[in-house]
Amino acid sequence: MDWPALILSLKLAGATTLVLLPVGVILGRLLAFHAFRGKRWVEAAITLPLVLPPTVLGYYLLIALGVASPIGQAWQALTGQTLVFSFSGLLIASVVFNLPFAIQPLQRAFEGVGQDLRHAAWVGGLSPLATFRKVELPLAWPGLLSALVLTFTHTLGEFGVVLMVGGAIPGETRTIAISIYDRVQAFDTAAAGIMSAFLLLSAFLAIAVVYGVGARAVRLRG
Amino acid sequence: MGSAPERFACVAEIAETLGAGLRVRLAQAGPIPLDVDLACPPGQLHAIVGPSGAGKTTLLKAIAGLYRPQAGQITSDGMVWFDSAAGTWLAPQARRVGLVFQAYALFPHMSAQANVETSLAAQPRAARAARALALLTQVGLADKAHRRPADLSGGEQQRVALARALARSPDVLLLDEPFAAVDRRTRRRLQQDLATLRESLKIPILLVTHDLDEACALADQMSVLHEGRVLQTGAPDQVMARPASPLVAELLDLNPG
Repeated sequence: MDWPALILSLKLAGATTLVLLPVGVILGRLLAFHAFRGKRWVEAAITLPLVLPPTVLGYYLLIALGVASPIGQAWQALTGQTLVFSFSGLLIASVVFNLPFAIQPLQRAFEGVGQDLRHAAWVGGLSPLATFRKVELPLAWPGLLSALVLTFTHTLGEFGVVLMVGGAIPGETRTIAISIYDRVQAFDTAAAGIMSAFLLLSAFLAIAVVYGVGARAVRLRG
Repeated sequence: MGSAPERFACVAEIAETLGAGLRVRLAQAGPIPLDVDLACPPGQLHAIVGPSGAGKTTLLKAIAGLYRPQAGQITSDGMVWFDSAAGTWLAPQARRVGLVFQAYALFPHMSAQANVETSLAAQPRAARAARALALLTQVGLADKAHRRPADLSGGEQQRVALARALARSPDVLLLDEPFAAVDRRTRRRLQQDLATLRESLKIPILLVTHDLDEACALADQMSVLHEGRVLQTGAPDQVMARPASPLVAELLDLNPG
């Protein structure tokens, strides 16, 4: 077991989830409750990481965050380090490729709450914030949990984008998924096997949790 | 037969000069066409009838502050809720409207009592439970206050929705097809309850329905709505007896002649 790689992966997954939680809630609610021009395009852009080959996404992120790009240059001026092949760059990439995993469950969950319940709360005198706290969140929390679990687990397992943007620098950007590949290349199938089993188990548990929560929520609503 | 409608017309006139009750004037060409002018004095039950898609729910939403039309005015007891010319638009929270939604829109994760308490947020926390329970007692549901909506029958859910709508001591009560989702027997009982309730409520009540019998049985005034436009307003028996146009007669399903 490549412990530094596992710890790095857990760190990256935790940070990604933390960043995407507010982003997912804000964008998921916006898409669920508001109609606006170009909404389909926004939804398509958010879904893109699901269908795009990770190497393609990684390539564009590499260009966008690279030393020659405005973002990369600004980052270098600010911190003195390059954004690509660093943990920070990896985090940005990770946030981007996890957008659909965070936003879609939340959007569906808020859509499930429906406009009528929000309207009923407003007419009853509840402020938008109180409506969010007392009505929207208690009904949408299974979606919130799904978003958290899916984002976290998906980050643990992502390979293509991480390799493109992060390289495989031990302790900095070599995540567990990349470490598995390295171990296989080195004919160390025992280590690759243990790490693969770990990812398999965590993915399975994550999906089981998401499904279990979904079923519970359905019972609650009757 | 002519005296009752005349009396109501007279009451409406006086109320309007005093600014009492609900006054709604709305006009817009699209996206949902609206051409509405109606007054509902305190204590009056005014039915809005029309086919589905006539704009009945849109009209209620505009009054409740959930839909902002392009042009018009809405006042309640002289207080301006909406005035397009002055750019006035009060949020639903500021309007004191009681609204019973078509599908009730009860909060599924809360007990009946908690549902009613959400409309009592302006009151001190300690007083809410007692007031909610009193309202549920009033609609005959004191023993089911702790049940969730899913564990209540359709008629019971409707009464919880009514209790919640009344909890804010609203200035206007809006009922959106409140009897559409219950069986015939329950409907008759709930309609009787409403007839009794309105005796004690000194506020304007707007009842949206596609059921003409219901409008005739319960309402003092009736407006026929078609494609967002009020075609005729009057006492139900008057409208039924003398439809203003062939279209009104057709909408009311009256045989010509």
